[in-house]
Amino acid sequence: MAAANLTPVTPGVFTRLIRLMPVVTLGLLTLPVVAGLAGIIAPALGWLPALGGESLSLAPWQALGQTPGLGKMISLSLTSGLISAALSLAIVLLFIAAFMETAVFRLVRGLLSPLLAVPHSAAAIGVAFLLAPSGLASRLLSPWASGWAQPPDYLFPGDPFGLALISGLVLKETPFLLLMCLAALPQCQASQRLKVARSMGYSPASAFTKAVLPGLYPLIRLPVYAVIAFASANVDVAIILGPSTPPTLPVAVMRWQTDPDLSLRFLASAGALLQLGVTAAALIIWWLIEQLLASLLTCWRINGKRHQAEQLSRWLGGSLIAALIFLLSAALIGLAMWSVATWWPFPAAWPSPVSLGTWQQATTTLGEPFRHTLSIGFAATALAMVLVIGCLEAETLRTRALSSSAITIIYLPLLIPPVAFLYGLTQWQVQFGLSAGWLAVVLGHTLFVLPYVFLSLSESYRRLDPRWSQLGAALGAKPSRVFWQIKLPLMAAPIGVAAAVGFAVSVGQYLPTILLGAGRLATLTTDAVALSSGGDRRLTAVYALTQLTLPALGFALALGLPRLLRQRRSPRHKKHRPLSA
Amino acid sequence: MFDPPTPDALILEQISIHQAERCLIALNTRIEPGEILTIMGPSGVGKSTLLAFLAGFLASTFSASGQVWLGNSEISALPAERRRLGLLFQDPLLFPHLSVGGNLAFGIPHGGSKRQRHAKAEQALADIGLTGFANRNPETLSGGQRARVALMRVLLAEPRAMLLDEPFSRLDAALREEIRQLVFKRARDKGLPTLLVTHDQADAKAAGGPVIELTTHKNAAGSDPCGV
Amino acid sequence: MPGCRLAKFLICIIISATLPTAFATNLSPTATDGAENNAASVSWASIEAQAQGQTVYWNAWGGSPTVNRYIRWVAEQVASRYDIELIHVKLDDAATAVSRVLAEKSAGNLTHGSVDLIWLNGENFAAMRDNDLLYGPFTQQLPHFSLTNPQDNPEITTDFTRPTEGFESPWGKAQLTFYYDSQRVSSPPRSMTALLDWASANPGRFSYPRIPDFLGTTFLKQTLISLVDDPAVLTHPVDEQSVDAITAPLWDYLDTLHPLLWRGGRHFPASGPELKQLMGDGELSLAFTFNPSEPAATVTAYQLPPSTRSLILEGGTLGNVHFVAIPFNARHQAGALVVANFLLSPDAQTRKQDTTVWGDPTVLDSQQLNATQQAALLNTAEHPAQLPATALEQVLPEPHPSWTRVLEKGWITRYGSR
Repeated sequence: MAAANLTPVTPGVFTRLIRLMPVVTLGLLTLPVVAGLAGIIAPALGWLPALGGESLSLAPWQALGQTPGLGKMISLSLTSGLISAALSLAIVLLFIAAFMETAVFRLVRGLLSPLLAVPHSAAAIGVAFLLAPSGLASRLLSPWASGWAQPPDYLFPGDPFGLALISGLVLKETPFLLLMCLAALPQCQASQRLKVARSMGYSPASAFTKAVLPGLYPLIRLPVYAVIAFASANVDVAIILGPSTPPTLPVAVMRWQTDPDLSLRFLASAGALLQLGVTAAALIIWWLIEQLLASLLTCWRINGKRHQAEQLSRWLGGSLIAALIFLLSAALIGLAMWSVATWWPFPAAWPSPVSLGTWQQATTTLGEPFRHTLSIGFAATALAMVLVIGCLEAETLRTRALSSSAITIIYLPLLIPPVAFLYGLTQWQVQFGLSAGWLAVVLGHTLFVLPYVFLSLSESYRRLDPRWSQLGAALGAKPSRVFWQIKLPLMAAPIGVAAAVGFAVSVGQYLPTILLGAGRLATLTTDAVALSSGGDRRLTAVYALTQLTLPALGFALALGLPRLLRQRRSPRHKKHRPLSA
Repeated sequence: MFDPPTPDALILEQISIHQAERCLIALNTRIEPGEILTIMGPSGVGKSTLLAFLAGFLASTFSASGQVWLGNSEISALPAERRRLGLLFQDPLLFPHLSVGGNLAFGIPHGGSKRQRHAKAEQALADIGLTGFANRNPETLSGGQRARVALMRVLLAEPRAMLLDEPFSRLDAALREEIRQLVFKRARDKGLPTLLVTHDQADAKAAGGPVIELTTHKNAAGSDPCGV
Repeated sequence: MPGCRLAKFLICIIISATLPTAFATNLSPTATDGAENNAASVSWASIEAQAQGQTVYWNAWGGSPTVNRYIRWVAEQVASRYDIELIHVKLDDAATAVSRVLAEKSAGNLTHGSVDLIWLNGENFAAMRDNDLLYGPFTQQLPHFSLTNPQDNPEITTDFTRPTEGFESPWGKAQLTFYYDSQRVSSPPRSMTALLDWASANPGRFSYPRIPDFLGTTFLKQTLISLVDDPAVLTHPVDEQSVDAITAPLWDYLDTLHPLLWRGGRHFPASGPELKQLMGDGELSLAFTFNPSEPAATVTAYQLPPSTRSLILEGGTLGNVHFVAIPFNARHQAGALVVANFLLSPDAQTRKQDTTVWGDPTVLDSQQLNATQQAALLNTAEHPAQLPATALEQVLPEPHPSWTRVLEKGWITRYGSR
């Protein structure tokens, strides 16, 4: 970390440096987002001299209002955002309610963590292949069971209700929310709460819902909001799984922004602002429902009922999670099969003959994007880690938490739709002479990496028993030494996981890489996306698989290393582990 | 849905708990209604593991054998929520999302009107000298007040035996005596067999019942507790 | 993300075609004034010298592995021949590069642009010209440009009916070509009317890319040309008075066709490559492309059934030329010029036309080549999915660009939000 060489310097410098961190961080996050929004507000009001828009007018908004299907676009974005977030949250909570502190729980946790690393676009491509009329599922049933010699003609993915889109989002958001819940459970003393309730006769699901959930939800509220914002404003999943006539609003905005007809940029800017409003509306609706439920549930929690829908929640929670793991795994297996396929016609369920030709062909081109992905991911993650840990340490030095407005700013890049500020940002990037390239991309990635790192690290950091530091200080250690030699080692495991999350987020970034790097920095994701537009599923599969290998390795390291170290430190385990266990 | 509490003995029959192949605890005893059995021993000896086993929360890294009976019914095969054992922890663990009254209502078995449940909670508060505290946030209570509310919450759930996991160790000396007496008195009044786990001699003395001393495996070299 | 949209392929692969002669005569003189050649070649040596050691950022669609491989070969060649480092900036859409140049211009970056060379045509070219975003005219400076014989090949200097005026240099050709799975389709339709009959006999087995994808728009134009009484009307700008009457048969046709399409016409493929993927999946039995050798090349790449065959409609299909252009603020203009010139060299054009490499038809006029070069160019491998060169001679001209807008807008209003 950058501050490492400061260790021997006076504690004053360390403290002063740490106190600067929140300011630096907030500036780094606010400036680009606000500037980016400013960059689209002017064109949304008709002002963009380069395109001949030299006076303010409402014409772009009038044009937007006359766009065919605008209402449907908005409602699609709203409903897919809210429904997918509600479903993901429900699945996660049902599952935790039914299985918390069981062996199944540990198993699922182990299975889902790696799936978190699957990039959105790769998951969407995999799901589309699995469930499409010519997909793996239909091939497995054809022709013997279905009688289909040619693929049937049903509309999925791309159904007008956005069901395919919603299921794709749920598939990706559920592992994320589950991971966030897993991190939050210890912080709300979930295990003790559960024991108290169960010893008073409450069945597991009721005990969870009545005694644990009220403490858990506030801790995962921001991640839930981030999911809603992402789901209502995402482009990559919607373009693959969403309807097309009309598409969701963000997809339409993205199309206008990249349309050869440059005059559509005005419309696009107005649309981007509208998207901002739609995402805000989705969040407000969710918040209102939250308030309503909170007041409705207070009485229900103390009505003394101890066994409510136990079987149902067990069955639902278990089967939904199982279905989800099955779908995601099947999607990945499908990708793997495509990557070795040659000519693979319907209804063959297995590619034959198989060939490593696509992989060999890809090895000649994978090197550079691989290096870029790694270096950008490392740099953005390191920068985000320094800033986040700095902010959290500043909290401890000041002995009070960041203000809630500061926290909101940290999550700004997750709550503001990227289509709404990234385009404006490229304009300013050029304006200030910040050359397009590696550094700009790293900073852009940091915008999105930082909030996720903060999400996954902040609570564990804050919950670290203050007595450790007090003990260190009492033993005469300066704040810098307490930080380096006590806090960081104690926090090694959560820091590792946060870094893995940050790295995975960086690897999956598409829009910021393309826009801020002027397209010159090819990463695995930009190449995979460019290829997916070319329709060769074999090569796309190779790139998607490579693309998810990196974050998966990151998670394996983050989760595996501490476990390994712990085992080596614990001789008892070695000596006494029974052979049959 | 709950039977009125009947005074049944709590019987621990040939209990032994292992971690890997190492034996932690072996116990064979009987606690009569209204009796308080104290299990003493230094930390790390497995006292809390024993309570976790009795309550139904034993972690999967342990294995246990033996049966637990409440009167004539075996409870060791039941899930935790069906054992009806009142558990008091080191911390009062009042739910921060509920008011003091809400915490008590949480313990009251389902049934009765909202008003009846409310009255029951108020009565419980009056019993411990906290009349009018129903709408308070638990965090505004003192340590002793919290401990008393936690006790009443457990008792309102109508347990058939009590398991006490060093519930007084976090209280200061003056309070400790007061709460100790309150807990023991309530348990005896209800005729509940009570198992107290502690490392504090004073607790054992105040309990006034039989005492079992556990020693660590290391100290008892050559005499594996499970070998008995 | 913008990613998946191929729309840009469009720009790349496309468009407009041969102009009516009247237009052509207007344009060609500027583009091919022989008198200027001497002056140009004098400076060419200095351009090549200036280009040495430059890094040229070529913004080009990156969605096709075969095209990417060809561009990598070009990079190797210009590195060894001219000491130029050529970097392929892979785009999912050429419009992305257009946006970037536009952003640079509005931010006042007039000399240090990040884009040196763009692969484009049609709308993107028009958009860049309209906004003064291109450097030029420069084609007369390219020594190899004369090999295209622009005087006799007006499509070389017209893009979407718009004169290129030397602001973009041709490097490949395209023509709308249908392909089908001969195992499922014994007698494919050879006209737009026959297509309608075929679709009602085989519902759900044909589709076209969603508008405004360029290939989808091309399908509309092709349909319109075959339905209007006098196609000549389409070479003129849209006339508000008559536009509804002229396009009415097209909308009637589509109203009938759509329920017979894949997914009942409620959902359309995003692009030509997705159309191709659907053929590969067996969901479609008939599709079309703008690159006549694509079916053969993709059968070889295992993406289409081995039984794939190609056809051109009776009376011909739309065709066009695609180009490279240099932004006004390109930082490495000399290098970009040298690359543009190399793309026109017989070596580069021959390799590009090879179906095992890419199969993109040459823009060179074989009359301008020596015997060895001609032989190399004509020596292309035969493939059952590929049409003989003679089948590609009936090329229909692109309508005036104003028709594109009318058709796209009309389509989106009628079918864009169902």
